[in-house]
Amino acid sequence: MTRLGIAGGIIQVVVITGGAPLLAGVMRQVRARLEGRAGPGIGQPWRDLRKLLRKEPVTPAGTSELFRIAPLVLLATTVTVAGVAPFVTDTSAVGPAADLFAVAALLAMGTATLALAAIDTGTAFGGMGASREMTIMALAEPTLLVAVFALSVRAGSTSLAAVVTATLRDPARVLSPAGLLAAAALALVTVAETGRLPVDNPATHLELTMVHEAMILEYAGPDLALVELASSMRLAVFLGVLATLFTPWGIATTAAPLALAAGTAAFAAKVGLLGAALAAGEVFMAKLRLFRVPELLAGSFLLALLAVTASYFLAV
Amino acid sequence: MSAVMSGVMTSTVYVQLLDLACGALLATAVVIVWRRRLAAIIRTFAVQGAALAALAGVLAVHARDVRLGVIAAGVLALRAVVFPWLLGRALAASGPAPGERETRPLVNVTASLLAVAVLTLIAYAVSRPLTALAPSPAADAIPVGIAVTLAGFFVLVTRRRAVSQLAGFLLMDNGITATGLLTTASAGLLTEAGVSLDVLLAAVVLRALAGRMRDAFGDTDLDDLRELRD
Repeated sequence: MTRLGIAGGIIQVVVITGGAPLLAGVMRQVRARLEGRAGPGIGQPWRDLRKLLRKEPVTPAGTSELFRIAPLVLLATTVTVAGVAPFVTDTSAVGPAADLFAVAALLAMGTATLALAAIDTGTAFGGMGASREMTIMALAEPTLLVAVFALSVRAGSTSLAAVVTATLRDPARVLSPAGLLAAAALALVTVAETGRLPVDNPATHLELTMVHEAMILEYAGPDLALVELASSMRLAVFLGVLATLFTPWGIATTAAPLALAAGTAAFAAKVGLLGAALAAGEVFMAKLRLFRVPELLAGSFLLALLAVTASYFLAV
Repeated sequence: MSAVMSGVMTSTVYVQLLDLACGALLATAVVIVWRRRLAAIIRTFAVQGAALAALAGVLAVHARDVRLGVIAAGVLALRAVVFPWLLGRALAASGPAPGERETRPLVNVTASLLAVAVLTLIAYAVSRPLTALAPSPAADAIPVGIAVTLAGFFVLVTRRRAVSQLAGFLLMDNGITATGLLTTASAGLLTEAGVSLDVLLAAVVLRALAGRMRDAFGDTDLDDLRELRD
């Protein structure tokens, strides 16, 4: 544990927890403006969370403890990833946990727990949403791993911090075919894992199409606030991984206050820009039929696999 | 001379541009297998033609070979402009029937994509002896050419519509041209021109044939045609 790693870990948790609802607010605002609406302002998700947190906790009759701890597990895993992944600083507070497999497993654990809680409610929508979410996750997870493999092949390590350091040392790698193919694959996975268009529409409660919203339909009050906060943090974490792996510039390499401030600002700017771009892209997109989603994810898997193969035969 | 060359293009920049062009070739081949809409396939095809021309251009500048430069210009004109235009004409001639605008693959798209993944690995495996003959950045990229060829052949045999089969045929030819450029950088201009004209002729004939088929049978689904004959 280095000073840099610990400082980075604390800053990242604070910035992502505080900033993730703002990121969601920015994305909704961008979307609203592009659709010609005034929009509620970027502070609206925080106001919603405050409102939900003040309500009394209510759980459906017949649900077990799993239903109550699922939001906590989802939030805990996301906070852990937010703390250990190299977002603001290029070293991690807990080195082994910044490994690709650990990060992917932590994020998957949160989703799987939420799916179990959705089944626990015993409603038709909960089961349907859980089944869809698991289908999408099972298809997206291999792509996530293989896409980051393409980068870790050249870094010689699956540690995200090592990959980031290697990219910082040799920036030309990002523009290699392996880097670009992996970036495309990872962007598609990010869209699928965070439930954005065209895989899932976060703004609708239409029973035929909803995935994530169907799973959390039975949550209310503070529990719903936790789930909403964790979901927006998940989006920030995925966009952060995408931004840090492919554009690591600006990341703090020393524990000097100025470097840390610059790293935080760079991280916030990168994630904000990516989020705004994603929201702008969503305006021009329609939701894909659920049966076409495997096609999209098979395509992204192929891109990731080509990235790994290309990193072998097109060794720059 | 070598000082001038290094001034024109340092070897790292050369390798990077070469690899980028190859990566674009591979990525566009994937998109052609991926997309269903024929109009999107044709647009991607034009991008792939441009990537192939860029590949030839990079090799030409690196080798300071005027003939290769001419080949690059020819590839750009033929594959990025003429072939997509021919395909577009074939598609436009098929009229507003919605069935004609999308491919109807025999193998579903997900399985096709996984098959292309396997074909890429096969291409990598079989081209290792070729790469080992004369290791160079261009030779290292030979698997890309072979992978595009195999993907084109796969599209050719698994699609029903005449237009999408034509796209598969041209994709295969793009792969063959890329392999040729990467293996023998100094291929004769005459050979290249001959091959290109041959392919152009084949494309024109196939396009005319597709038009005739539609006039005669009202459809270009080749499976339906076999049923008609029985």
